Amino acid sequence: MQILDRFRDPVVGRALLVKVTEQAKEVAERLGRRSVFMEVCGTHTVAISKAGLRSLLSEYIDLRSGPGCPVCVTDYGDIDRMVAFARTPGVTLGTFGDMIRVPGSFASLEKEMAAGADVRIFYSPADAVEYARTHPDRHVVFLGVGFETTAPGIALSILQAKAQGVTNFSVLTSHKLVPPAMHAIPADPELRLDGFILPGHATAIVGRNAFQFVADQYNLPAVVTGFETTDILDCLHNLLDQLFQGQVRVDNGYSRVVKDEGNVRAQALMEQLFEVADVSWRGFGVIPASGMVIRPEFADFNAEKRFTVNIPEPRIPKGCRCGDLLKGKINPHECRLFGTACTPVNPIGPCMVSSEGACAAYYQYDRRGQ
Amino acid sequence: MCVAVPGKVIEVNPADNTCIVEVFGVTRRINTIMVGEVELGEYLIAHTGFAIEKLDLEEAMIRLKLWEEILSYADPGQVS
Repeated sequence: MQILDRFRDPVVGRALLVKVTEQAKEVAERLGRRSVFMEVCGTHTVAISKAGLRSLLSEYIDLRSGPGCPVCVTDYGDIDRMVAFARTPGVTLGTFGDMIRVPGSFASLEKEMAAGADVRIFYSPADAVEYARTHPDRHVVFLGVGFETTAPGIALSILQAKAQGVTNFSVLTSHKLVPPAMHAIPADPELRLDGFILPGHATAIVGRNAFQFVADQYNLPAVVTGFETTDILDCLHNLLDQLFQGQVRVDNGYSRVVKDEGNVRAQALMEQLFEVADVSWRGFGVIPASGMVIRPEFADFNAEKRFTVNIPEPRIPKGCRCGDLLKGKINPHECRLFGTACTPVNPIGPCMVSSEGACAAYYQYDRRGQ
Repeated sequence: MCVAVPGKVIEVNPADNTCIVEVFGVTRRINTIMVGEVELGEYLIAHTGFAIEKLDLEEAMIRLKLWEEILSYADPGQVS
């Protein structure tokens, strides 16, 4: 691990910070304003806030959070559907831990657990398949939430269930694709976006080439990056350099993990199990071809084909601006509820609930504001 | 949710496409179908019980060397 430890070397980090600060100042002077970069990955949101980069660089760079937290972009109607499944007799609802506290229109999975629903947290969907195999009296509905990073594992768990003859396992999919949502962002003139910090692990699956459109269609630089503070500073160095030189490229700063073509085995798994569909994103509404649903040939593992649930019309809480936040229109401090009515202990919107939500990250690490 | 961590392969089980990785002293069995054949001592990126990619140490070294070049004129004492 000696080589990897050097990515956490504070001496390197400090020197990169000096370099990036000088560069950012120069670029701000040339632009007559701060440069604006957006991260579209919840893990980056937390890493940037935790390292203090947002506030350290705030004089010269506006670091915005985009739709990078899959929990946060899950729409009210989808949460309500999950709650309805949790209430279904005979169903054990399996989920990653992030989803438990996210509020829907009327309840959350945590509240349903308190009311007696059988909701269980699994580290891996493969563990949920094993639970179903050893509990034939229950039907395990696993929540398939997440971007391209998570979807291949869900696909593989369905194939494992099929191979093992586990018939009491199905998936309620709410998978989303990162590139289609990013089309909705650069077109917004209010943002004056100067570049993207691209998600390292989603890109490990889809490949750097999948984001080439950012440069080709929107004339914006973008850099795929890792999750150490030094990775993020290296990414900012690259973005600022491109901005200063007037260049527009989609670069790969996380080449120790990400390839241009991505992970073709993982892509094949997604292709085998899922088909692309129009799905609704919190804050954005329906985005064409931005989600994945289970193919008809695997309908036995599609929870929505196995059970019928009724959900009422979604109700959105008054004053919550998670939608504007996810589009990069505001920072958490600009929401009236942030830190007052909406806190991690008593969250109103999903961005305050998820550990990777921008509001939760800003609340913990950036409460002084910019 | 896309949190994934590098783990060192300490045991390989090709029969069921799994291996055991160690991450900061914690061990966990993960599925390796998405990355193909793995060898002892390799680093894998683990996410929700699956290896989603191998970690290329040579590429890591190239990046570190690049930073050395970028930083050769920077004074690390300027920001406290």
